[in-house]
Amino acid sequence: MKAPDFLYVRPDTLQEALAILADDEAMPLAGGQSLMPMMNFRLAAPETIVDLNAIDDLRGINVADGIVTIGAMTRYAELAQSDEIATHAPLIRLALPHIAHAAIRNRGTIGGSIALADPAAEMPAVMLALGATVEVEGANGKRRVAADDFFLGLYETALEDAELITAISIPQREPDDRFGFYELARRHGDYAMAGVAIAIPAQGAAKIAFFGNADRAIRATGAELALSSGISDAAVQSALDSLDALPFDGDLNAESGTKRHLAGVVLKRALKGLG
Amino acid sequence: MTQTQAISLTVNGELVSANVPVRRNLVDFLRGDLGLTGSHVGCEHGVCGACTVEVDGTMIRGCLMLAVQAQGSVVTTIEGLAENGRGQELRDAFEARNALQCGFCTPGMLASALEYVEAGGVADRAAIREHISGNYCRCTGYQAVVDAVCDVIEKGVGA
Repeated sequence: MKAPDFLYVRPDTLQEALAILADDEAMPLAGGQSLMPMMNFRLAAPETIVDLNAIDDLRGINVADGIVTIGAMTRYAELAQSDEIATHAPLIRLALPHIAHAAIRNRGTIGGSIALADPAAEMPAVMLALGATVEVEGANGKRRVAADDFFLGLYETALEDAELITAISIPQREPDDRFGFYELARRHGDYAMAGVAIAIPAQGAAKIAFFGNADRAIRATGAELALSSGISDAAVQSALDSLDALPFDGDLNAESGTKRHLAGVVLKRALKGLG
Repeated sequence: MTQTQAISLTVNGELVSANVPVRRNLVDFLRGDLGLTGSHVGCEHGVCGACTVEVDGTMIRGCLMLAVQAQGSVVTTIEGLAENGRGQELRDAFEARNALQCGFCTPGMLASALEYVEAGGVADRAAIREHISGNYCRCTGYQAVVDAVCDVIEKGVGA
């Protein structure tokens, strides 16, 4: 189908966009790779579309003082081509090929995915594993939200009305940090049936986040604890057993028992591929 | 009331100006307003890949971008992509390898394959399949499509 009618504005500045979004019925349009299908299906019918694609300040990758900052409107394809991401944020690099298809990655943005909070999407789990900070701005000013406090439920985030994600920031990779990512989907590029993002820093505790199993990406604290002092066979078994504590909601692809099984499969494979 | 907006963009090398309803997606504009019916409209939600066109040097879904968003852009449709160079070679290889039957997916498939070839992609069947995974073909089973892409890569530039 075609999208229902709407009004369209394309502001050049963040301030202009925030002012328009203060109108209740306005929705921001980032890469459009989720909102446009939802409008075409008539699942979304915003009165006004605020196109963020002309706001250059929301785009780009910056590495400084041990922090990698990525503008919300940075496209997946730009992340994939970035040496800075490959070097300083390798977990993002590992996840990118699993996100939809090449033509989608040419338009889709990291901020768009995080704001949508699809439970089967890769980026929310990657943000949890990296301990990311989501930088948010609205009419009442700026605030910073930890990824752990950002994803609240099915397509539900800590974003208030008329707030936008401006950037995400993550700690720059330390030399001995290790990362893993694995995802199972019916066909390449489909939404994940089960997936996991793992960060095992040289210093500090491991972070492990699953996606595709519940209403949102979710930390597996039991598995993190089990793997906190090395990845022995016994530790891996203990991590696998700990997954019983996670929620597994059945969907069209698989019932909950299958999801529970697949979570173990992706964890084992991601740990084997740690780099 | 339907909002319309004036846009001007370059399509297949020609400057085009038009007044479009803001809700019109790019592929409908190309087909309906400009008569460039080579790009096809399949699923209209970004899954099938039949509407793939090039905008400012990258292949995108024509159904997931609004025509107004192409303001100032350089757009190339299959009518412009397959007339010469690697696009032409791919088109010939698709024909030689029977990489199409009904032809509905072919313009999008060629566009995605062209992006792969022009990015320096190698003749690795798994990598090619991954790159065209967003283009559905219900006739060929993809084998012949991958054959054709491999042929073009193996022959090299200008062969």
